[in-house]
Amino acid sequence: MLISIASGKGGTGKTTLALLLATAYSNITLVDCDVEEPNCHLFLQPEWQNPSREVTITIPHVNSSLCNGCGTCSAVCLFNAFAISGKTALLFDELCHSCGGCLLACPKDAISEEQKNIGTLMIGRAAAHPGIHLVSGVLQVGTPSAVPLIKKMKQETANLTGDVLLDCPPGTSCSMVTAVKDSNFCILVTEPTPFGRHDLELAMNITRLLQIPTGVVINKSDAATGDEIIEALCESRQIPVLAKIPHSLSFARQYAAGHISDEFRTVSSSIWNQLKTERGTTK
Amino acid sequence: MKELVIVSGKGGTGKTSISAALAFLAPQKVLVDCDVDAANFHLISGAIIRETHEFKAGFEPRVNEKTCTHCGICTKLCRFNAITNGVITTPLNCEGCGVCAFNCPDHAINMQEKQAGHWFVSDTRLGCLIHAELGLAMENSGKLVSKVRQEAKKIAENQHLPLIITDGPPGIGCPAIAALSGASLALAVVEPSASSMHDVKRLVDLVSHFDLPLAVCINKSTLHSENTQDLISWCDHNAIPIAGQIPYSNIFHNAVQSGKTVLEMPENSEVKDSLIKLWHNLAARLDLTD
Repeated sequence: MLISIASGKGGTGKTTLALLLATAYSNITLVDCDVEEPNCHLFLQPEWQNPSREVTITIPHVNSSLCNGCGTCSAVCLFNAFAISGKTALLFDELCHSCGGCLLACPKDAISEEQKNIGTLMIGRAAAHPGIHLVSGVLQVGTPSAVPLIKKMKQETANLTGDVLLDCPPGTSCSMVTAVKDSNFCILVTEPTPFGRHDLELAMNITRLLQIPTGVVINKSDAATGDEIIEALCESRQIPVLAKIPHSLSFARQYAAGHISDEFRTVSSSIWNQLKTERGTTK
Repeated sequence: MKELVIVSGKGGTGKTSISAALAFLAPQKVLVDCDVDAANFHLISGAIIRETHEFKAGFEPRVNEKTCTHCGICTKLCRFNAITNGVITTPLNCEGCGVCAFNCPDHAINMQEKQAGHWFVSDTRLGCLIHAELGLAMENSGKLVSKVRQEAKKIAENQHLPLIITDGPPGIGCPAIAALSGASLALAVVEPSASSMHDVKRLVDLVSHFDLPLAVCINKSTLHSENTQDLISWCDHNAIPIAGQIPYSNIFHNAVQSGKTVLEMPENSEVKDSLIKLWHNLAARLDLTD
């Protein structure tokens, strides 16, 4: 079963929940899809399998001896990745989406394709929790799109039969959608504040669009002030609140130091129990 | 005119709360929320939308049912598995590259500009705010970030305001790149946590890529004093100035709950003093006479 953990915005506790769920379970693959800022490895201290793998994308290569600067490539490229300078085409590879349109259009067959490195993929086993198999990716600083790297990491888990947890990137744009897409269940983590509610609603719109069964976990739950605004939203969307993780300064301190404490073990087992029903229906 | 961009590497470190506090303290400014994925500044500043503008970016294919012969060439050429024999089966997979349209032998597909979100000009009690909402599952957030910054600049110039305060997006990807390029000063909000300290190092790489001046604000500095010390030494070692240290306090949470900036809350002078100090430090770095 593929379970994604997302939130709309950063800092609500996606990584915390992913680690709580992973450490409560004996055999699981955790995929850290937040490739801009991967953090799971800081807590799990994995022993990485060697060697780490470079992840590449396909980009065009202009053969300047064949190119006459006719400009067809720049006319068909809807991402403005080409500029014509004198008698040759120049590529701005950070704008390229690897669609291959220029290759098809070039009348002089002056364009071929080559690979460009955009990040690294690593796989390891957590030192303190050998049952956790971690797949982590690091996007090269300055690379605009994380999507190809996230796709590659998900492919890595395609043939696994056990449960896979995805710690998704924040937001509701293309990287988050790439991560959440095709999951059997999505857990949205939120904080009981107006910020949390606003961003949760956006994230719920995504899982509805993708038709993914969804549940909510309220982190830093605060019965006195905020939970009810989240509960009301969940009720109106008919999305279950799976669990509440109380606000705890001692937990935050341990987390700051890079440890996941056992404080909320009952919360994670309760979430797993609820996921069992889903697992029965999906495999 | 100066532009201060508040960034953090990762989410949840307190960018919006600190941006709002600085917006409260800075006398003359335009405000920008560059977190177009999950904009929140309008919630804390009590924004009333004055103008709504459509944001168009990228393209999407439209198939003409009458001329399409379902020959399947588009399916063969599409590298994103978005189209099957003239039917756009998985629109979320479509990158809008136009390969299907340009290579259709029957000219049955054309590319149309895509509605990708909205941007707004709002009045708030802290000043004029430019913010945006990216359409669901859209890319081009970098372009939308550039758009709101551009509009803010126009307003600041027209009204002769000396400062733009930009609440930046999280991460180091395309929206962060778009928010930072050409700024006068980047302020990185960092928590003394393992995650935040890891992420700020990647952010520093990005900022140095742009050759921008950078200062750090340590938020929740009392959460883990050992990490705070490590962070201070790391900043010293890398010659990154620390513009402020804000102690951990529930006042941030309470302020968000009541839709106020921390400075408008009745309690906790320690946090307020540290924010005022932060503002004076930043104003000096930006050469603003206040």
